[in-house]
Amino acid sequence: MGRETVLNIVLFAMLPATALIALLLDEPFIITLVTKAAILALAGVGLNIALGLGGLVSLGHAAFFGIGGYAMGILASHAQSYTPLMEVPFLIEGTKSMLIIWGVAITASALAALAIGALSLRTTGVYFIMITLAFGQMLYYFAISWPAYGGEDGLSIYIRNDFPGLNTLDPIQFFAIAFGVLTVVLFMAARIARAPFGLALSAARQNAERVETVGLAPFRLRLVAFVISGAVTGLAGALFADLNRFVSPTMFSWQTSGEIMVFIILGGVGRLFGPVAGAALFILLEHLLGGLSDYWHVYLGLLLLLVVLFARGGMIGTLAGREVAHD
Amino acid sequence: MSLILLIEQVLNGLQFGVMLFLMAAGLTLIFGVMGLINLAHGSLYMVGAFAAAAVAGWTGSFVLALVGALVAAAAAGALVELLVIRRLYDRDHLDQVLATFALILIFSEGTRYLFGSFPLFLDIPAALSGPVRLPGGIYYPLYRLVIIAAGLLVAAGLFALIAKTRIGVQIRAGEADREMIAALGVDISKLYTVVFALGAALAGLAGALVGAIQSVQVGMGEPVLILAFVVIVIGGIGSIKGALVGALLVGLTDTLGGVLLPPLFGIFMEASAATSVGSALSSMSIYILMAGVLLFKPSGLFGGT
Repeated sequence: MGRETVLNIVLFAMLPATALIALLLDEPFIITLVTKAAILALAGVGLNIALGLGGLVSLGHAAFFGIGGYAMGILASHAQSYTPLMEVPFLIEGTKSMLIIWGVAITASALAALAIGALSLRTTGVYFIMITLAFGQMLYYFAISWPAYGGEDGLSIYIRNDFPGLNTLDPIQFFAIAFGVLTVVLFMAARIARAPFGLALSAARQNAERVETVGLAPFRLRLVAFVISGAVTGLAGALFADLNRFVSPTMFSWQTSGEIMVFIILGGVGRLFGPVAGAALFILLEHLLGGLSDYWHVYLGLLLLLVVLFARGGMIGTLAGREVAHD
Repeated sequence: MSLILLIEQVLNGLQFGVMLFLMAAGLTLIFGVMGLINLAHGSLYMVGAFAAAAVAGWTGSFVLALVGALVAAAAAGALVELLVIRRLYDRDHLDQVLATFALILIFSEGTRYLFGSFPLFLDIPAALSGPVRLPGGIYYPLYRLVIIAAGLLVAAGLFALIAKTRIGVQIRAGEADREMIAALGVDISKLYTVVFALGAALAGLAGALVGAIQSVQVGMGEPVLILAFVVIVIGGIGSIKGALVGALLVGLTDTLGGVLLPPLFGIFMEASAATSVGSALSSMSIYILMAGVLLFKPSGLFGGT
């Protein structure tokens, strides 16, 4: 077992261990923080499929995070007010069922990723970065100026949605749901990376022309990766909205896209557990430094700068050595 | 809709477009010459606005405020280039995005620490305030006309600088083949610092000029930065001409969309629905414009490859 694998297991076990210790010490706030870390890690795992594996530097993943969040907000607010979502051509009611909401969030963000990806992937490099950024902003301004669902103020949901057999308002049970989803998605991401699809995608990142000569279409590989990536980030958005019982256009803002990217970098690009390490570190810093100073973003900025300039493998790369090439 | 209102809005759109050009010119120059994507360009815009507000507060002079904005933004740009940016030229775009994102965090919180969270205000100088009467009986704020003129003047100066002067030749040569001009004896790292400081100064000037119309506050740079990205993507990255055309297109689309779309939808929808659909669509209009341009020209209107 390599050092990175050991480190991954330790990192991964730290989330439930922290939550359980917090449960024993009766600190529900800490459990909520760990839950937040798990959900943000999920968003990062989603982005990492496009960014780490596919080399697609998307600065617009807040779009999918926000779509997932609003899928939850819109469905739950209709269920809360007992008004149907639409009546013509057929009746659609709101719902409080988390499973249905997840399905809708995944479908909606996957469709959005298909449309955005099909347009953006016509370009490469810096154009791709800016175009994904612009699509994220487009949805951000749409959410602000669309009055039906709260506009700038966002939407509040009074009680958390239902999950069969669990009381979702109990912090530790909601943590279990979020952690369970993260585990399943991490497993899936590991499988994707080793499957023929993932290998072809990696190859397209390293040398698109060669991939083309052996008869694979880089565009289609990238589009599929972008759609999977968007869908996972959308699922994270739905969970994040459920955690806060609140959605607002901030979920769509480009700072959100930047932060999801920061998780990956702090943890280590292209590493399966990079986003988990990064999100946990981010939440830890936010909690510790945020308590010390109102200006904690300065320290976050300095740390990020140091990581980018001098520790390019991120946290996992520094601790475990460069086992995975980062190019 | 009256013709007068339409002309006013066209002028507003021009003014907005000219401001976007000042931002986009620096971005596109920096990308063209150094191959760097600089998210912190919006922070330099903010530095310009804050420096102008501070100098105007001490001295009461608008001219000195503009000078202060130019100097502060250029100095901040040169400092950042020397300390951070020059380590990023041979990195991939991901590292550049993250490092400059980190710079935004540092700049924004640093400014909040120095100036506080409350917005500052920069007054329009008395000589430039108030409306003027244009041919056709339209009254329009003089200051906005001055901004349009100043922006076009800077654009002309920039074109002349690039086309006629020695440094312009070096900049163009640097875009074409940086190893070759280094081999010919041009100090390439000094050239890079100068280009970065020039771009920063343009952004600072834009910040100071706009600061007199809007409030000067932390985070004012990022919305403009993103619009400037849209501009250079539409115009073609690296092309100053593209930046000018793109900036005017975006400025006019954004301003006119907000005025024209709601009544347009009012023709076939009820009033309240038309307002919400129209305003939602108009806030998305420039991104739709960008997507449209890219469908037909993936490297922008004046992009090379």
